[in-house]
Amino acid sequence: MFVIRCPYCGDRDMVEFTYGGDASKKHPDNIEEPDQAVWQAHVYERDNPRGWHLEWWQHTSGCRSWVKVARNTLTHEIAGTAAADEPLALPVSEDAS
Amino acid sequence: MSGQSFRLDKGGAIDRSVTLDFTFDGQIFQGHPGDTLASALVANGQRLLGRSFKYHRPRGLYSVGPEEPNAMVELRQGDRREPNTRATQVELYHGLVAQSQNRWPSLKYDIGSVNQIASKFIPAGFYYKTFMWPATWWEKYEFFICRAAGLGTASGQPDPDEYQKMHAHCDILIVGAGPAGLSAARVAGSSGARVILVDEREAPGGWLRFDRSFIEGDPGRDWVRRVMLELSGMDNVRILNRTTAFGYYDHNMVAAVERVQDHVAVPADYVPRQRLWAIRAKRAILATGAIEQPMAFGDNDRPGVMLAGAARAYVNGYGALPGRKAAIFTSNDSGYRTALDLLDVDAGVVTLVDTRPEGAAGPWAQAVKDRGVSVRSGSAVVRAKGAHEVTAVDVMPFAGGRLETIACDMVAVSGGWAPAVHLHSQSGGKLDWDQDAGCFVPGASPQACTSVGACAGRFGLQDCLNQGAEEAARLAQDIMGNPVAYGVPAVQGPDDTARQMIWEIPLGPDKGGKRFVDIQDDVTVEDIQLAHREGYVSVEHLKRYTTLGMGTDQGKTSNMAGLAIMAGLRNLSIPEVGTTKFRPPYTPVAIGALAGQEVGQHYRPLRRTPMDEWHVAQGAKWQDAGLWRRAQYYPQGNETIDDASHREVTATRSGVGLCDVTTLGKIDVQGPDAGEFLNRLYTNGFAKLPVGKARYGLILREDGLAWDDGTTSRLGENHYLMTTTTAHAGPVMTKMEFYLQTVWPDLRVHITSVTEQWAGFSIAGPKARHVLEKLIDIDLGNESFPFMAAADCRFDGCPARLFRISFSGELAYEVNVSADFGLEAWGKTMAAGAEFGIVPYGVESLGTMRIEKGHVAGSEINGQTTADDLGLGKMLSSKKAFIGKAMVNKPGFTDEDRQKLVGLVPVDGKTWIKAGAQLVDDASAPPPMPMLGHVTAIAFSPEMDMPIALALMSGGLKHEGRELDAAFPLKDSSVRVRIVSPHFIDPEGKRMHV
Repeated sequence: MFVIRCPYCGDRDMVEFTYGGDASKKHPDNIEEPDQAVWQAHVYERDNPRGWHLEWWQHTSGCRSWVKVARNTLTHEIAGTAAADEPLALPVSEDAS
Repeated sequence: MSGQSFRLDKGGAIDRSVTLDFTFDGQIFQGHPGDTLASALVANGQRLLGRSFKYHRPRGLYSVGPEEPNAMVELRQGDRREPNTRATQVELYHGLVAQSQNRWPSLKYDIGSVNQIASKFIPAGFYYKTFMWPATWWEKYEFFICRAAGLGTASGQPDPDEYQKMHAHCDILIVGAGPAGLSAARVAGSSGARVILVDEREAPGGWLRFDRSFIEGDPGRDWVRRVMLELSGMDNVRILNRTTAFGYYDHNMVAAVERVQDHVAVPADYVPRQRLWAIRAKRAILATGAIEQPMAFGDNDRPGVMLAGAARAYVNGYGALPGRKAAIFTSNDSGYRTALDLLDVDAGVVTLVDTRPEGAAGPWAQAVKDRGVSVRSGSAVVRAKGAHEVTAVDVMPFAGGRLETIACDMVAVSGGWAPAVHLHSQSGGKLDWDQDAGCFVPGASPQACTSVGACAGRFGLQDCLNQGAEEAARLAQDIMGNPVAYGVPAVQGPDDTARQMIWEIPLGPDKGGKRFVDIQDDVTVEDIQLAHREGYVSVEHLKRYTTLGMGTDQGKTSNMAGLAIMAGLRNLSIPEVGTTKFRPPYTPVAIGALAGQEVGQHYRPLRRTPMDEWHVAQGAKWQDAGLWRRAQYYPQGNETIDDASHREVTATRSGVGLCDVTTLGKIDVQGPDAGEFLNRLYTNGFAKLPVGKARYGLILREDGLAWDDGTTSRLGENHYLMTTTTAHAGPVMTKMEFYLQTVWPDLRVHITSVTEQWAGFSIAGPKARHVLEKLIDIDLGNESFPFMAAADCRFDGCPARLFRISFSGELAYEVNVSADFGLEAWGKTMAAGAEFGIVPYGVESLGTMRIEKGHVAGSEINGQTTADDLGLGKMLSSKKAFIGKAMVNKPGFTDEDRQKLVGLVPVDGKTWIKAGAQLVDDASAPPPMPMLGHVTAIAFSPEMDMPIALALMSGGLKHEGRELDAAFPLKDSSVRVRIVSPHFIDPEGKRMHV
């Protein structure tokens, strides 16, 4: 049960949000992108990191914004959040084991 | 036994002027306000309280708190019956009814106790080893094992009481109102910080209620009273009594359950029985105390054997005497304190057995010796004697020598104290081994929590007061920014001397008796030795193999001893063996508290369309669609669902019918780039859709499979109204928001869900136009408002939207009006249609008509089918890009033997085909056989006068005309079917265009 800071609404309980997948994978910018391999990678290939992970969460029960969240999958720490069009860097995982 | 023969004349925080009657196993007893069920049973001399889990051995009260392994009862009766309730935590009220558990036919004569005689044959892992074979017997075994095992039984009826949930925020949360917690609360409260203090017991004070300590010259209990008075005067301090903090979760959230009305028979009106708290704290101070640990000696589970601290707690806290001839067996000073407290109320202490070779050197020991008690140092109780309760103990020096049998009626045992590090561990905190204290103490925690007092391994009272105040002052300064001045009261009384770390006692010369480590789960020293011999040496394996610590008490009095014994067997130190992880909840939490008010419709709210009350008045039968309820059919007289659907479909296809379609998702899409956005979303084109036109559209997932469909209309140059299926209304909206916000933020588009703003109904059938012409202000002629036209209009003078779209295949219109006007508009339509024989039809008829037309729905767009599988391949635009386009020609998606949409008819023209049936060549052939497809939807077509079905069939219509079996092995049935086109009726679609 963590707290997520919505860039528009402030600190909110996680029950207001819905997880929306890996935000480190960029959707192909070009809808016309013809290379199936590019789409294949986008649709299917995901890392399962132990440590910091860039994620999409939607503030579904709030302003409905999609928010970038830097979350540690091991500790549930949240290092920061950002609006969809803002950059968000991940901290460096100390524990690479 | 009658009367409170073990009740002291004075002492304890009970009100002797009031007598409360209560019932245990049908017998009426008396107690007083301030009692727990446990203390009242002690006062009444009731020793035997239950039977053990595995061997059905007689068991009595063992502790005074949440760690209780034995005294579990079924509390209350009827729909309020609650099993596995710890008698130590049940406050007595007048009329309380409790039953013992795990015995049949009665507590004293229990048939299951033959397991004691057979116990040599029921070692650890017995069930795993024995009931493995033959495998086909498992169902027989299961019946008997389930009956023999288990504790109490639930009421099986709905809980009549209310439960609430609360969310709270604070600067400093303090868990535990013992000396350390109260000392912390005083300082934190005085700083002005927002403080929440929770305590699980019926009254604050922790062990100050049970020990005879002196603070500032007064009994500890007086100090507690003064501090509570001080705290209750502080507006910034919230005190939650009877509240167990049971779980430490992420981001410093502590969950607690407040037993608001558990101490009365029936909760007062409008007051919940329990309240679940989710407390988000900037800092948490854990002052959860310590739990006394036993030592495992022969038959240490006999009723009358209890923890030494518990024995003096019943005397000091409740004025109840657990025995009159006490033997005390200790490895530390706790036994001496108990001896003194018993002596002070004139209970006899027949011996004090101290495992320490030199005995206790300190002032506690001297005081006991001065009272004439024989202290046996370097000795042990090797066995408790007695059948249903203890009558004597065998005592022997460790060095060997004479075995003495000493008559007694109770044994107070103490193997030292283990800090209650549960919440700290749940916070993610590490545990450090304190070799001097012989216990695990909290190490670093990744969360903002700190442990003080006994739960931090600081057992001395002065230490507790000091550390609580110091930590509170430090945290309050962090939060408030100012130093906090405070004083700590002084404690009078001697310090304790060092304990001896000892967990198991060797058996006596007769090798008799069972040495229980985990009393609740009947796990003995020998079971741990067996686990070790068989290689289950890690604590996690030990736990699962022997069930050590897996009871409702979660091993509060057994985990330490179990892992210490395993460490001894493996020749490792205790920290090298390690502990199992502490997990929530600290004590069991009622499901009702977790559910709170989210039960019934509050858990699953009902969505009703604006026309719902009309459907109710017509006696409609319902079908759930997500949270919505939709009218399934409108029976007349004794009609069955099939009769009603037959009538509704026939009337619609020959005349006119009206169907509530409000539940379809409606999304308003506006902006200069709305057309471009919809072009990317749908497989077919929308950017060039003329204003005033509707179009059927298909959406794929990014992996290329079909996802959702619906009609979307262009209402203006930059304005579209999109519809989705009922089930996907939410997910489609969410996905569109994702694309607009994160992938194509450059598109100038706004989207809004308007599903609930518009009521929708479909009016279908050859006479639909006649009905609507009476109500709509625009020309409905086939030329001026042709198939797939869309327009704003007025319905009986009110703003409305009209779409000429058809799911039924008939001439049909969909009308949208403001939700507030929906019921009235529906009624006016029915009235206007009366002269044309209009009928309402439900989703059953809707389904029949779509199957007749071969339109796909959720059972075909099932997440495994492509557009081509569904016969919608032509909708994939070659002129523009769309979501999923790059994936639709993956090799697996273009295989021509994929399962594709087909129609089925029974070869005999009359037998119903079962939905879900498997398509095989010959169902009578011996299995295995190729599964060629399955039936997705079935109906009886009135027009064709036969049952029909849709199916997904390998190779699809390539096999048109082929005959197959539609086999339904669950019902052992099979129907011979023929593959036909899924467009059963009007395949050219002429009717829609008239």
